[in-house]
Amino acid sequence: MSLLVAENISKAYNTHQALNNVSLSIPEKSIFGLLGPNGAGKTTLIRIITQIIEQDQGRILLNGEGMTTHLVRKIGYLPEERGLYKKMKVGEQLLYLARLKGLERSEAVKRIKSWLNKLELSDWWNKTIEDLSKGMAQKVQFIATVLHEPTLIILDEPFSGFDPVNADLIKNEILELRDNGATIIFSTHRMESVEELCDHIALINKSEKILDGKKLDVKEKFKDGTYLVEYHGALEENGHYKVLSHHVTERGLSHSVVKTSLKDPNELLRSLIEKVEIHSFVEKFPSINEIFISQVKGEVYE
Amino acid sequence: MNNIGLIIGREYLTRVKKKSFIIMTFLAPLLFVGIFGLIGWISNRSVDRKTIEVLDESGLFGETFVSDDSRTFVYTNVSLDSAKNHVGKGEINGLIYVPKLDNLDNPNGISFYAPGNPSIRLVNSIQKKIKAKIEDVKLLRSGLTQEMLDGLKSKVNVHSINLSSTGEEKDSSSDTATAVGYIAAFMIYMFIFIYGAQCMRGVIEEKTNRIIEVIIASVRPFNLMMGKVLGIAAVGLTQLAMWIVLTSVLGSVGVSILAARAESTKELKEVLNQKPEEMPIGEDPSEMIFKAVGAINIPLTLGAFIFYFIGGYLLYSALFAAVGSAVDSDADAQQFMLPITIPLIAAIASLTVVLMEPNGSFAFWMSMIPLTSPVVMMVRVPFGVPIWELLLSMALLVGGFILTIWIASRIYRIGILMHGTKVNYKVLARWFMMKN
Repeated sequence: MSLLVAENISKAYNTHQALNNVSLSIPEKSIFGLLGPNGAGKTTLIRIITQIIEQDQGRILLNGEGMTTHLVRKIGYLPEERGLYKKMKVGEQLLYLARLKGLERSEAVKRIKSWLNKLELSDWWNKTIEDLSKGMAQKVQFIATVLHEPTLIILDEPFSGFDPVNADLIKNEILELRDNGATIIFSTHRMESVEELCDHIALINKSEKILDGKKLDVKEKFKDGTYLVEYHGALEENGHYKVLSHHVTERGLSHSVVKTSLKDPNELLRSLIEKVEIHSFVEKFPSINEIFISQVKGEVYE
Repeated sequence: MNNIGLIIGREYLTRVKKKSFIIMTFLAPLLFVGIFGLIGWISNRSVDRKTIEVLDESGLFGETFVSDDSRTFVYTNVSLDSAKNHVGKGEINGLIYVPKLDNLDNPNGISFYAPGNPSIRLVNSIQKKIKAKIEDVKLLRSGLTQEMLDGLKSKVNVHSINLSSTGEEKDSSSDTATAVGYIAAFMIYMFIFIYGAQCMRGVIEEKTNRIIEVIIASVRPFNLMMGKVLGIAAVGLTQLAMWIVLTSVLGSVGVSILAARAESTKELKEVLNQKPEEMPIGEDPSEMIFKAVGAINIPLTLGAFIFYFIGGYLLYSALFAAVGSAVDSDADAQQFMLPITIPLIAAIASLTVVLMEPNGSFAFWMSMIPLTSPVVMMVRVPFGVPIWELLLSMALLVGGFILTIWIASRIYRIGILMHGTKVNYKVLARWFMMKN
């Protein structure tokens, strides 16, 4: 079932069309990667979902209900441009942000304490944000995003500014939140984290949605008969396949990327076996990064 | 949503807890009372005693120069040269030389010798005494008696009475009204500037901190802006209330110390700069002051002050907030500050004209325009303003701040999300027109 549905969303700033008829459906308990180059319209779409700006056309449904300012409280949003009040103390700041989301004071205090413990910040309640390192401030921001236990968490470039250790910590928290029932929208152009975390993706480029779906389905769709072959001997191209690249490994094996128009991998293998001694034969599955680049640049995937 | 309460609370508490706020709140009344105390002390302290010699060859001014608290006059008969020598050696602070005066219609050659340049006040007072004496001598010579002369001297104290349309008579004192009006207007002006700028800086802070988008995901931009404006207003009112309380406590402590030190009521009256013998018969100075203050409608003035204080602040702070939302730093804000500060400065600058004729047409219009009315009307109120004018001005101010808050919020909701855009008035207008 879809937790969030965006239907035919369009938005223009003066002459600039920021979003053009974008529709999305985000399944419950998924980690949904919202991908796209800078300026594609990701942030605009997120701001429309969070009711920060209003769409010109289309509608947003959360759990089948039209989005209202009250429903926005079910969303936790970590913007790309994020910060905190520098002079405020960590605890007070989190308390303030939690209460803006409608939490009771005592409940908020309880949750803040447990989160600070969890992210190894328990001694920092009374420190001001100024005294924190950048990574610590990022953790505080993450806590602020999830404190009110939102059903939908929107993270815009969540790992920028994190060192690898903290990034890993946050990654695990995200997975845990998903396991506990939250749905996560993950906007980024860092493809390795998409590869690792997301189960669904959508790609937005130049204000339009180019593709969306399950990550594996998308990959399946973009595989184009390319195989990695290791062998002894010399491989000549024929009508069935082309050698895209070739190099010799340390072991003295030839390593080639072979592209075929044949539907059945067995057929390709059969015709290769006739010519060379095969050591390995693997179908090359496109990475999200490759799909992204090929789609955005409009180049053919290879 | 009751979010706005939370926002007001945060804006208020973070500012009130600041050291600078606490220091200013307690220090300002001390400074205020201290400065007034110092002025009082200096003006009452006997100034450095000056010794002035009088060499009177005409013989007319034998009793004209009488020593007082600050000056000792010594009559001398030595020659002019040796008297001048006294000045040169620094033995005396001045020498008045009056030669033989043959023709009183044209008294020539009266001189004052002093080391360095004497104060204008001193020269004027000497000149005045000589002039009065010569006039007296001439009048006596024309046949008037000394009694007649004394009878001619009269003290006039114009007692101004405020005649209301209902024919009711009230004592009025334009001096007190001026003072009260001016202080009130100036406080409003300062308050708008200081706290309006705080609003602006608060908005810029949220923008540069990049916390704005976090907040805006759970709060309407309008609520955030109004929460800030109202929270800061509460800070200002707190400070004002503390100043009034502290100043009056310190002031009354100061007065009672002075009173205890003054040995007699006469001395106390001197402390209050009122010489008893100069007072019209039957008028006690403290009674006069009481009457003068009583001539002002205190509840009305106070009510108007609070109204214009808050109304003026709301009007301007919304504009300040809009400016803050449009720019990325304090420095960028300068170009947009100018059109906001001009009407405010114009209001203060117009006060001298307004005070000359508090019920004139210039004063009327300045106290109707919402941008200038908080300052200008506050000066007029102590003089007494027709109630319809006051109500009209207040209604216009309410309309004015609703309008500016509306305009500001339209710019604000777009501006806070814009980073690194070059902003000019055309861009602001476009933001204003943009639908949400």
